[in-house]
This record gives sequence, C-alpha cells and structure tokens, in this order.
Amino acid sequence: MFLARVTGTVVATVKDEALGGRKLLVVQPLDHRGAAAGRALVALDAVGAGAGETVYCCRGKEASFPWWPAATPADAAIVGIADPSANPEMVPA
Amino acid sequence: MIIARVIGELVATRKHESHEGRKLLRVQPEDVAGTRAAAGGGGALIALDAVGAGVGERVLVVLDGYAAMTAVERPHAPIDAAVIGILDRLDVNP
Repeated sequence: MFLARVTGTVVATVKDEALGGRKLLVVQPLDHRGAAAGRALVALDAVGAGAGETVYCCRGKEASFPWWPAATPADAAIVGIADPSANPEMVPA
Repeated sequence: MIIARVIGELVATRKHESHEGRKLLRVQPEDVAGTRAAAGGGGALIALDAVGAGVGERVLVVLDGYAAMTAVERPHAPIDAAVIGILDRLDVNP
C-alpha cells in the first residue's frame, strides 16, 4: 500500500456500471516525510475518506477486493485513513 | 520479495475491516547494502505485519497481493504488501 493525501474528487456520469454509487477521489502519493511525491492518481474510496485527509491506498487487482465478490474495475482503492493525532509527521499543519 | 527497513507505524482507526488486528508498518525499501533503494518504486510503503516486526528492523516484504493476503491470513482483502520476515543477517558475495 502507499500513503497519499486526498486532493480532489472525480465526477463521471458515464462510467462502468460497477462503479455506480462509488466515490472516486484524486490522491497525491506522499514520501516518507509526508511530502508530495510522484503523480496524482484516481482511487476508489472504500472507507469514506474526505478532502485533505491522509490515507493509505491499495494498488493492483487487490484494490477491487473491498467490494468482493462484486467485480469492480479498480486498480487503486483508499483502504484506510491515518489518524491525524497519532501520525503528526504525515498530516499537514 | 524485497528488503526494507521499518521506519514507523501507521495508526489508522478507520480502515478496511480486513486490516483490523494487524499492525500497519511504514517500510522504506533498501538495496542489499542497506541504502535506500528504488525497489517497489523507491518510496516508502505501507505493509501489514505478519511477523511482529518493529521500528528500525530490517525486514522481508512481499509486494504481491496473493502472497500478502496469504501471510496475514485475510483472503479476498485489499492488501498488496506484507512484512513476512525479520532479517537477522544478510550475506552477499558480489
């Protein structure tokens, strides 16, 4: 998995049926200090994450498992939210 | 598998239920010489702990979903990395 910050939302009216009702968020990967590193990507939200939150994401075919046994076309999913108080070095001031 | 150093723990109260009961570790991939490496993309990763590893330890990490899920005994779970060993020693003959 990798650490990222939620930096945006994606609205797509026309999309795969299996993505109906699912939240698509833009996430910016973070380095070990919590600074932005690499290119932002779109991830399917499995935990109710919101803008600005520091999250961790699963990538690859395993990213669709939160909705298993439904076949969901996702290669990145937000699977957890970092607690701001317990992970101060990774949360923006 | 890759070699990595445990650089911290991640505390996440809200997470997928399959991650409950397992420690989340922040691991930095390293090369065999112990310097920060490009393995696994180079950046720090989040892995579920299957062996009781702690901060500062050098560990073995799987970056495959099936292997990671098997190690933490959570089938059909959104897990793509797991710490599956703690290095005692690493001998390399160049």
